[in-house]
Amino acid sequence: MPGDLWEGRIVIVGASLAGLRAAETLREEGFTGPLTLVGEEPRPPYDRPPLSKQVLLGTTTADATRLPTRRDPDADWRLGVAATGLDPLAKRVLLADGESLPYDRLLIATGTRARPWPHPEQAALDGVLPLRTSDDAAQLADRLAAGPRRVLVIGGGFTGSEIASACREQGIEVTVAERGSGPLVGALGGTLSKLAAGLQRAHGVDLRCGVTVTALSGDGKGRFTGAGLSDGSHIDADVCVIALGAVRNVEWLADTGLAAGPHGVACDAGCRAFTMYGIVTDDVFVAGDVSRFPHPLFDYQLLSLEHWGNAVTQAEVAAHNMVHPGPHRRPHLGVPVFWSTQFGVNIKSVGVPTFSDQVVIAQGSLAERRLVAVYGYRGRVTAAVTVNMAKWLEHYQSLIETAAPFPPAPGAADGHPLVAEFPVPSDVPDPKGLSHGPTVALTGHLPDRRLTVVRPGS
Amino acid sequence: MQIVVDLTRCQAYAQCVFLAPEVFRLSGEEALLYRPDVPDDQLERVRQAAAACPVQAILIGEAVRADAR
Repeated sequence: MPGDLWEGRIVIVGASLAGLRAAETLREEGFTGPLTLVGEEPRPPYDRPPLSKQVLLGTTTADATRLPTRRDPDADWRLGVAATGLDPLAKRVLLADGESLPYDRLLIATGTRARPWPHPEQAALDGVLPLRTSDDAAQLADRLAAGPRRVLVIGGGFTGSEIASACREQGIEVTVAERGSGPLVGALGGTLSKLAAGLQRAHGVDLRCGVTVTALSGDGKGRFTGAGLSDGSHIDADVCVIALGAVRNVEWLADTGLAAGPHGVACDAGCRAFTMYGIVTDDVFVAGDVSRFPHPLFDYQLLSLEHWGNAVTQAEVAAHNMVHPGPHRRPHLGVPVFWSTQFGVNIKSVGVPTFSDQVVIAQGSLAERRLVAVYGYRGRVTAAVTVNMAKWLEHYQSLIETAAPFPPAPGAADGHPLVAEFPVPSDVPDPKGLSHGPTVALTGHLPDRRLTVVRPGS
Repeated sequence: MQIVVDLTRCQAYAQCVFLAPEVFRLSGEEALLYRPDVPDDQLERVRQAAAACPVQAILIGEAVRADAR
């Protein structure tokens, strides 16, 4: 009975973007029962994208990015206390302070954290920082404002590249070290990675690709002074930012029987969590970066997305489904979209560029740094990336949603002739060979080769 | 008051940049950067910007009062 679903007790674990939007949606949809949000960070929900942009540039402070609400979610907030466990039979969430919260329905929205540098004693050096939280951003902004001689960024993914961009905009020398063949290659493939590398070098970034950082060194007083690279070279720097991608916050779900692992918590298109046997639950829901969900446009593979927009739309679907019975439930079928601004260009992506075997520049050109790259898999369009051509994104989204043929026909771009470049292999690397984690992971396999076997409990 | 811009939706029509240049600016041709905490004397301009946004990407609201009960 719908009436029952509008009452009862709901607990949301995770008090960032997905948790907040889910809480608001629950109230908008008529949920009247007690609602509790649990957040490990002591701060109320804040927006993360500005942390690697405006905050590092000093135009906004780290504590100014609190998220606006659509409405007061009328919730009991437990901030500064982590969830440490879950008893799905007794239907209780265990907290680090010893309390346990009963629930009728649970939403898991614990997101991700920065992947740490693997050597704790090196990571503890003064001047070595991650960038994930508001506090991280405040510390890094202070370091940049102090005028370091050089910043070393380990990892050439979106976050690492945006940090390098913020450094160069302020005239700070910066080295980016990436194990893969180029920046952004894990998310965008080889062609646009070359564009990203060209942008970085044109803006004065000391870009080192195909290398790993072997050790971070200090001055004997615990201060970071530089790093050794696998090619034998040494970088002298005052600040080192660890931008190695994200780790999903799933440890608290160990031994719960849920399908929780390094790629996140698996759920169905209605955001209901799976058990480790693939049986769908009906009282545990998942949303945001910590989820992995099947998408029909991408062969029903489970997608893990670290995207702002996905956190919002998936949270809204999960909240709707938490208060509606089966036939009234909605699927989460949004086409993935993300953006990054760096070195004065706006990069936007729709679809899944790594779900591809070929890519073609359909409009604009690499030389102009203004283009649309369209990705295809077995003759259909699966993704598009715009560089300073964001107004075209919707058009290509409709091609993806309708499985339009690849390469897109001349004229498909509304009068703009298709640039006479043949499609080339999309050159999507095995994520294992990268410093940065891709922000979209096909968690089963890439279309043309099996990459990962996910074992429950591993 | 706080704002957040859904940059998934933003297509850089830049109406907000014209209406509230102290809060919104473009980096390059179309990358929007903005100040999330709106000063009181900019609030009316930001409201106009939100209303004028062709893709309705600007959300204005109070920061959540995250109190324990």
